[in-house]
Amino acid sequence: MNTVTEARLAAERHVLEILSAAEAQVPASAATFSRRSFLKLTGLAGGGLVLAFWMGDEATAVAAEAAGGAKSFAPNAFLQIAADGTITILSKGPEIGQGIKTAFPMIIAEELDADWSKVKIEQAPINPKVFGRQSAGGSRSIPTSWDQLRQAGAVGRAMLVSAAAAEWKVPATELSTEKSFVIHKASGRKLAYGALASKAAALPVPDAKTVALKDRKDYRIIGTSIAGVDNRKVVTGAPLFGIDQTLPGMLYAVYEKCPATGGKVKEANLDQILKLPGVKQAFIVEGNGRTTEVMPGVAILATTTWGAFNAKRQLRVVWDETNAATDSSNEILEKAQELAKLPQGPGVVRADGDVDKALASATKKVEAFYSYPFVSHSPLEPMNTTAWVKGDTVELWSPTQTPDPALGLIANTLGIPVDNVKINQTRVGGGFGRRLMNDYACEAAQISKQAGGIPVKLQWTREDDMTHDFYRPAGYHAFKGAVDGYGKLTAWANHFITFTVDGKVPANSSNYPADEFPAMLVPNYRVTQSLLQLGTPTGPWRAPRSNGIAFAVQSFLHELSVAAGRDHLEFLIDVMGEPRWLEPRTEFALNTERAIAVIKLAAEKAGWGRKLPEGRGMGLAFHFSHAGHFAEVAEVSVDRAKRLTVHQVTVAGDIGPIINMSGSLAQCEGAVIDGLSTMLGLEITIEAGRVQQLNYDRYPILRQGMHIPKIESHFIQSAYPPTGIGEPSLPPVAPAICNAIFAASGQRVRTLPLVKSGYTLA
Amino acid sequence: MATVRLNVNGQNRVVEDVDAQTPLLWVLRDSLGLVGTKYGCGVAQCGACTVHMNGNPVRSCQIPAAAASGAAITTVEGLAKADGTLHVVQQAWMEHDVPQCGYCQAGQMMSASALLAQNPKPTDADIDAAMAGNLCRCGTYHRIRKAIHSAAAKLQKA
Repeated sequence: MNTVTEARLAAERHVLEILSAAEAQVPASAATFSRRSFLKLTGLAGGGLVLAFWMGDEATAVAAEAAGGAKSFAPNAFLQIAADGTITILSKGPEIGQGIKTAFPMIIAEELDADWSKVKIEQAPINPKVFGRQSAGGSRSIPTSWDQLRQAGAVGRAMLVSAAAAEWKVPATELSTEKSFVIHKASGRKLAYGALASKAAALPVPDAKTVALKDRKDYRIIGTSIAGVDNRKVVTGAPLFGIDQTLPGMLYAVYEKCPATGGKVKEANLDQILKLPGVKQAFIVEGNGRTTEVMPGVAILATTTWGAFNAKRQLRVVWDETNAATDSSNEILEKAQELAKLPQGPGVVRADGDVDKALASATKKVEAFYSYPFVSHSPLEPMNTTAWVKGDTVELWSPTQTPDPALGLIANTLGIPVDNVKINQTRVGGGFGRRLMNDYACEAAQISKQAGGIPVKLQWTREDDMTHDFYRPAGYHAFKGAVDGYGKLTAWANHFITFTVDGKVPANSSNYPADEFPAMLVPNYRVTQSLLQLGTPTGPWRAPRSNGIAFAVQSFLHELSVAAGRDHLEFLIDVMGEPRWLEPRTEFALNTERAIAVIKLAAEKAGWGRKLPEGRGMGLAFHFSHAGHFAEVAEVSVDRAKRLTVHQVTVAGDIGPIINMSGSLAQCEGAVIDGLSTMLGLEITIEAGRVQQLNYDRYPILRQGMHIPKIESHFIQSAYPPTGIGEPSLPPVAPAICNAIFAASGQRVRTLPLVKSGYTLA
Repeated sequence: MATVRLNVNGQNRVVEDVDAQTPLLWVLRDSLGLVGTKYGCGVAQCGACTVHMNGNPVRSCQIPAAAASGAAITTVEGLAKADGTLHVVQQAWMEHDVPQCGYCQAGQMMSASALLAQNPKPTDADIDAAMAGNLCRCGTYHRIRKAIHSAAAKLQKA
């Protein structure tokens, strides 16, 4: 194995680690904290109460305390109540448009019974040793923080109540709280939190486990609609984003990499580049061969962004492509179609029952081949990071989704200790999974170092962004399914054709989850896989894996219901069967009762089964992903020229209690638009290892005016702990619309994007 | 290298030692520190860089700074009144909780405010035509439409 491949494999392993961490299935109920590590109390200058609560792992907390003693033990994610009543809450995770900077503080403020208008929210510093998980991904922010944040608020409230009880010499049980006041109803007295803060700070901290949490019926903040806490800054154009950062003496950097992943610089016209106006430096960066850190390329540093962009256009690089990607999407498709002829792939993802026997004895059999393409993330803010290397330390300002693992990557890139890396989290102009990777941050650090330790802002062009992504992998599914004489689903075989880097295991986000629907719901169920070699990097894209699998699986399920002569709604409910949790029987597993409830709700709200005019139809799809149960019904019209109108998408979801109604509805609206946009016209193609789509002109994201459907979202706010909403409402969009196209026209869509089969928006 | 004189948000600004072909976008961002105007594509496909030039919405990534000389330029930073009172469009954007990531919204609001200045009561079709040049990757299109209608209603009352 050559060194390039080893580095590439190291990068692959790294993405896997990030994904595993991002999608860790830690039920809220398992997140228990000792009193000792949970809360720390310190005074606030000028009087007031500071509650610091531990969000890292307990062992580290205890070790830190033992090593440094209580005095030097740094308070971490904290809640602060000043004498003037101002409540400051630190939000630990990156704001990428998912609304977490509003949702996290809402949970604390609810249990604290705070006056929301007096709550100030600040971005927490990046320090995973103190804060624990600080990444935004996997729709995991809410489920991994729910208990911690509620307890933090509740403990604060309990102390304020105790302080008031002592002041008034009445039992705490006679007191209530509301909007930052402690109230003694019997005597009509009330005291503001601010006035009680210093007294509360002198009290012992109660054990979080002994403090009662609010009953849901008493919520005043959770479940309401609260607008984004930084909206005023956004609408006035304040410098919030990574691209907005500047440092004194900073140079603007661009970085040119080989258009085929893995190519090295043979030579470049650096002398000519250095003569261009505004250009201060131009040099070759060797890189460490890791796609997740720094691949080889040429850096240009100029006094303005335009100077750097202009020079980049005149840069001529001769690439050594000995070890570069040679992928061709056309060849990939041909190979996949060839492999699809095999009854199964060599890798077994899951095998339950006896699929072959069930197929042989089936009343009706259906076979179908589904495919979907590579797609890019294309967040509107192109990748960038500002970095300043000073000796063996570095400080960065980065719009990343994963600042915590970025620390180690940057340390590795520069060969410095991880403690010497400081990252400042900026607002993120769109994530969608792209910024789970920190390659741009590593590049910025390396360029600052090689430039002699000057501050640089590395700015990727849109073309860089689109051609150096970690693409949503294409996927190919060869299905065989069967129903018996009663129309019951008896067999399901899926030969999944996907990608590999090392020839052994699937490439990142190219794997098939063993518990993906309808696993455990069909007695004879088999998923096998074949692996195609790929040199172009792949990675997680909103609702990784499920975003493509749901299209194939939920469309094929509809095909089987049609073969069985059964209504899709009734068939889907029948497939779910008895109310139960599937393995692993935690809140991160499918629960058939929750599934049936959302399916019924979507159908009811959409008016499933009502008579529609010729050329108009409804389609249904369910999918469970990222701990969310979602069913969606699309209503579409299709004419003979395949002109499509999506009239409405009705969304029904169960993610437990909704934290922020406005934010949750926004995520559903965004997911439907994203799903429709992607299924309709988006495709990344690759030839000779080079991505063919360079900018939005050839990557037509949905626009205002392109018949944006009406979107109606409904939530079943079940009593289960709340889970995230950034991802799970996306996967059902494509199959619901494709099933509706079938209902409207009799045409089955088995290939995305729709434009490939001649569909256009009416 | 040239000296470019601009009028931005009602102020005369002199930018020295600049390539006269530099797009207005980068002069605003890098030379004048007005970073509310965003770079998204550089080829007039996304609308993130939309500003007003004599009241008309333009893609500042396509206007050489020298060509903007003599025109009245308004950026998102100049949308609110000097006393901090937000433009009716900015108010509507907040009321409808429009932003998700927020990156495209400066451009969206510049297109929307130009539309309302020329057409105080736009229909859905008018909104489609005026806003089609502004991409939102997060998919906030419904709320943008609602916010424009509600801003228009406010203008009617005013």
